[in-house]
Amino acid sequence: MHNKSLKELSIGLQNKEFSSVELTQVFLNRIKQHQDLNAFITITEEIALQSAKEADIRIANKKTDSLTGIPVAQKDIFCTLDVKTSCGSMMLDNFNAPYNATVIEKFNQAGAVMLGKLNMDEFAMGSSNETSYYGAVKNPWNTHKVPGGSSGGSAVAVAAKLAAFATGTDTGGSIRQPAALCGITGLKPTYGRVSRFGMIAYASSLDQGGPMTHSAEDAAIVLQTMAGFDPKDSTSVDLPVPDYSATLNQPLTGLKIGLPKEFFSDDLNAEMATKLSAAIDEYRKLGAEIKEVSMPNLKLAIPAYYVIAPAECSANLSRFDGVRFGHRCENPVDLTDLYTRSRGEGFGKEVKRRILMGTYALSTGYYDAYYVKAQKIRRLISDDFKNALTEVDVIMGPVTPTPAFDIGEKMSDPVEMYLSDIYTIAINLAGLPALSIPAGFINEMPIGLQIIGNYFTEAHLLNIAHQYQQVTNWHQQTPKGFA
Amino acid sequence: MSLTTNDVNKIAHLARLGIDAQDTESYAKDLSGILDLMTQMSELNTDAVEPMAHPMDQAQRLRADNITEINNRDKFMSIAPQTEDGLFLVPKVIE
Repeated sequence: MHNKSLKELSIGLQNKEFSSVELTQVFLNRIKQHQDLNAFITITEEIALQSAKEADIRIANKKTDSLTGIPVAQKDIFCTLDVKTSCGSMMLDNFNAPYNATVIEKFNQAGAVMLGKLNMDEFAMGSSNETSYYGAVKNPWNTHKVPGGSSGGSAVAVAAKLAAFATGTDTGGSIRQPAALCGITGLKPTYGRVSRFGMIAYASSLDQGGPMTHSAEDAAIVLQTMAGFDPKDSTSVDLPVPDYSATLNQPLTGLKIGLPKEFFSDDLNAEMATKLSAAIDEYRKLGAEIKEVSMPNLKLAIPAYYVIAPAECSANLSRFDGVRFGHRCENPVDLTDLYTRSRGEGFGKEVKRRILMGTYALSTGYYDAYYVKAQKIRRLISDDFKNALTEVDVIMGPVTPTPAFDIGEKMSDPVEMYLSDIYTIAINLAGLPALSIPAGFINEMPIGLQIIGNYFTEAHLLNIAHQYQQVTNWHQQTPKGFA
Repeated sequence: MSLTTNDVNKIAHLARLGIDAQDTESYAKDLSGILDLMTQMSELNTDAVEPMAHPMDQAQRLRADNITEINNRDKFMSIAPQTEDGLFLVPKVIE
């Protein structure tokens, strides 16, 4: 059962081949069997079985949605009513959210079954899932390797088939990078497409939730439920949501694909370049035209991002003050002591580093040199994409410089870790949609192909990814021991 | 650009963020490394560029001034570290 696509699962449930309770039990058993991967922070077994029972009644009454009765695992960044919502931090280890995120509400309304909450880098700050208070997550393709981050638990839950699908969030690559390193499909929608209400904020002008699935076909179904205008999120965009599954089978004849020469410079790992050009050849065979494009300011994406994201993080995380929720230190002597010690004890090292960096970049005397400068570069990078996307329909490139690295390998040098985000963060600065699909293996570890589109072209991106998945089987590979 | 341990302590105070004395040195080193990365930005002249704060460049949406929130006081109080009579408690601020 755990190997079926979302469409197959839905048909199986409706035809009474199996019940949602049976299906949920299969995944709960797998989660327990593979606890050493550390993908979950909280397993919500009781809630899952109760929702599965309700879903079975709904199915019997023929009131089904495409996700009714299907087990999902949620990134622990989405607030879940009366269920621990830790965001991977000691700060929120005792936090049971007082309301549901809009995304969670939408899955509940669809009748999806929540299996639990997934491990992640603390407050989504990290590229390896090693900054989590709950420990590193292991990559099922090789348990000595990182799964990527920050949605590492999500990518592992899907790759190891511990859930039918998962949610992630992406501020600088946190859906696409772990998707690539674990061999699954991950889509970061256009900024504003998926509600951020109840999604714990890291960098508000960059954060966006999206699906993490086995295939583009599955991602289309999940995004259909996640996307849409939300009056509770002031940056949510009020545009109609297209039928993402309806256009999956459109032919790609005449599709114009742009390859940024800055992505394919001599710096790109030779094996990665070979695998990606094989993937692009598949697109040529499907009728696409390939064209070189240039985005001269791309190299400044990392410094601009690592000013803007920490600046927004230092403002967002000021709400964790030990007064209304979250960790509070013992016996504070005064208010300053309460704030300082609660925050000092509750946050881990990477979060502290980013709060310090952001506070510095926003402080008097440095604001123009760092923050305003970074915002200007953000404009130039965004314009680079806009210009390129007038010449071509989509842009393709790598997701990561290399396959998954070893656990512990990059933890001592934050700058080296930041540099591994080179291919993903510019997309968040521009607010564009992008997805990662499995495109082969290097030394038995999966790698991803990134496809970047214009604003609100998720349907087209899914169509392009789906067509590739019709002629390749990289997305159907399963790590040894998880079949 | 390099930061001293003194700079780190000042920034930590601005952020009301407790950091262990033995870690100050490593934060100074890490932040200096990150700031070196930032200096790449100054290579580019951006005098004529308008800063971009938000990907959609949109104005904040307004809504009608209606009460939409339900009273969740008990729920919010139940997850607070210390409360009394429906109020959040903090250490004494005024003597």
